[in-house]
Amino acid sequence: MSSYVLRRLMWLPIILFVVSFVTFILGRYGPGDPVQVLMGQHNNPAVVERIREQRGLNDNIFVQYGRYIGNVARGDFGESYKYRGRTVTELLKAKMWVSAQLNIAAMILSVSLGISIGLFAALKQGSLWDTAAVMMTLSWQSVPVFLTAPGLLWVFAWKLGVLPTHGWDGFFSTSIILPAVAMGIPGVAIVARLTRASTLEVISLDYVRTARAKGLPEMMVRRRHILRNAMIPVVTSLGLSLAGIAFTSFIVERFFGIPGVGNLLIESIFARDYPIIDGVLLIGTTMFVMVNLLIDLVYPVLDPRIRLGQGNVA
Amino acid sequence: MLHSESANVLGGTTHWRGRNYLTISLRRLLANKIGVACLTIILLMYGAGILAPVVTPHGYNDQNLANVKQSPSLTHPFGTDRLGRDIFTRVIYGLRTTVILTVVTLTTGTLALGITLGLLAGYFGRLTDTIIMRVGEITTSFPDIFLVLIIVLTVRPPMVEWLRGVEDTLGIHIVHLGIADYFALSLGLALFSWFGMARLVRGQVLQAREEQYVDAARSIGCRTPRLLFRHLLPNVSGPIIVLVSASLGGIAGAEVFLSFLGIGIQPPVPSLGLMIYANGSLSVLRTNPHLLMYPVGTLAILLFTFSLLGDAVNDAFNPRAR
Repeated sequence: MSSYVLRRLMWLPIILFVVSFVTFILGRYGPGDPVQVLMGQHNNPAVVERIREQRGLNDNIFVQYGRYIGNVARGDFGESYKYRGRTVTELLKAKMWVSAQLNIAAMILSVSLGISIGLFAALKQGSLWDTAAVMMTLSWQSVPVFLTAPGLLWVFAWKLGVLPTHGWDGFFSTSIILPAVAMGIPGVAIVARLTRASTLEVISLDYVRTARAKGLPEMMVRRRHILRNAMIPVVTSLGLSLAGIAFTSFIVERFFGIPGVGNLLIESIFARDYPIIDGVLLIGTTMFVMVNLLIDLVYPVLDPRIRLGQGNVA
Repeated sequence: MLHSESANVLGGTTHWRGRNYLTISLRRLLANKIGVACLTIILLMYGAGILAPVVTPHGYNDQNLANVKQSPSLTHPFGTDRLGRDIFTRVIYGLRTTVILTVVTLTTGTLALGITLGLLAGYFGRLTDTIIMRVGEITTSFPDIFLVLIIVLTVRPPMVEWLRGVEDTLGIHIVHLGIADYFALSLGLALFSWFGMARLVRGQVLQAREEQYVDAARSIGCRTPRLLFRHLLPNVSGPIIVLVSASLGGIAGAEVFLSFLGIGIQPPVPSLGLMIYANGSLSVLRTNPHLLMYPVGTLAILLFTFSLLGDAVNDAFNPRAR
């Protein structure tokens, strides 16, 4: 097991190197000279040269990359071009906390509602409820957030007027409900579909029959014998749907005017603020890889038959 | 009815003799009502996109400032936008953008790159296999849209500059057609869309390599390229078709996503993502919901159909899904 984790950890620096190198090099050779952006309309060649020297922009590109990575390792992603005098770390910290809360709310919704619907449908297999649940998840799964976000806004904020239209007041406020639902809907569908499929598989297995035969209460059978075993493939997929949810965050934040990373990234793309773009991409990649590693580590807890690093697991 | 057909296939009755696997699978797809409905909708949408200049009543950039934000009417079926441009026309041209990008990305990235690399990795094994598979694993171990984003962001402007130079020397106008946008986007998407296909083809080749028909082909003196493309490839075509149909929605969605972020297609070239970005606010919803409704509705139908079609194709073509 430890050798498997070690091998996975060894991949991490390689992946981070590739991502950081590509983003850094493309950012430096990409359009939009950062110093020109800094200078604005007052373009004095002597000052431009001084700033270039100060910021080390005249050095060899690999020297610059090395310095950047050294700084990143200490948590310093450089200074924003657009917001002068403010570091990327400082700018990102507040925005990331907002986006993280939104993502967590959407995840909680997807997982809790998805598992409930999936389990319910599977236990009532063949009934009208089951058909309804399947149809619902099927349509939810492919409905784009471009449709749900304005749709929810229109119905709940505009026509009914029961929920706030936009803005951000923290995790425990009504303004998080609509964006979290918009982000969570595809997740609900994916989790529900997977839960239903894997529950149906587990439900007909011998040990479930044995559990019932030995007189266990139905609740116990469902929780200990069905749900726990049905969860293994669901957990596997969470990592992937997590990435999906993170991307809808960019769209939802714009629709609901939430001051998160997504809005900052769109703003930075238009301003060609490469330190921020690079920072967002690097942090996003690291988190994605780490979460997937974490999920791999959760398998053996759920299913003791799986021994990481032995046999064909990956 | 379906079951009896597949039973015939398995039984090898004379009824099916002379028909190959692809014909049988296609028949199975056409016997599926949902599959046919999806195929019809997608053919309609793609056809409208390809024939955009013929089927649209107006030019996509024809402005009429005396006639802005009109509700749907007979002359403007989907209404007009804030510059008085016909939304129906712009939606159809937006579909053309989707058609171009999905087709180009699929043929270059998924099919050409993916199949070739997969065949090479599976057939030659050893170092070739290791390199291709490791590179591919790196590209899938992080959200590839991040790198697509930065590639499109940085490749497009130099492309535009270069095309302007070409324009000046040749005296033709091509920049406003959005060629640079299409190129940058499909390049970015193709670079990261080959691995799923490569892994699939490699796996199939590893299985098929042990089959007798490969030995037979080699014994009559087939060279490697012929062996790969004429003998191995047709035998793995089923899973390839399934994967292609499953990946269509992802490519279309990625274009809309990138255009929404402001790095994909640039105005005035129409794109569904751009139209949604420009009108994605509550004030538009309050006053002129049709500005947002039609592009979003079209996109939703497109993605939903892609998803249903993917399932139908999987049922028909996947030998294991029967």
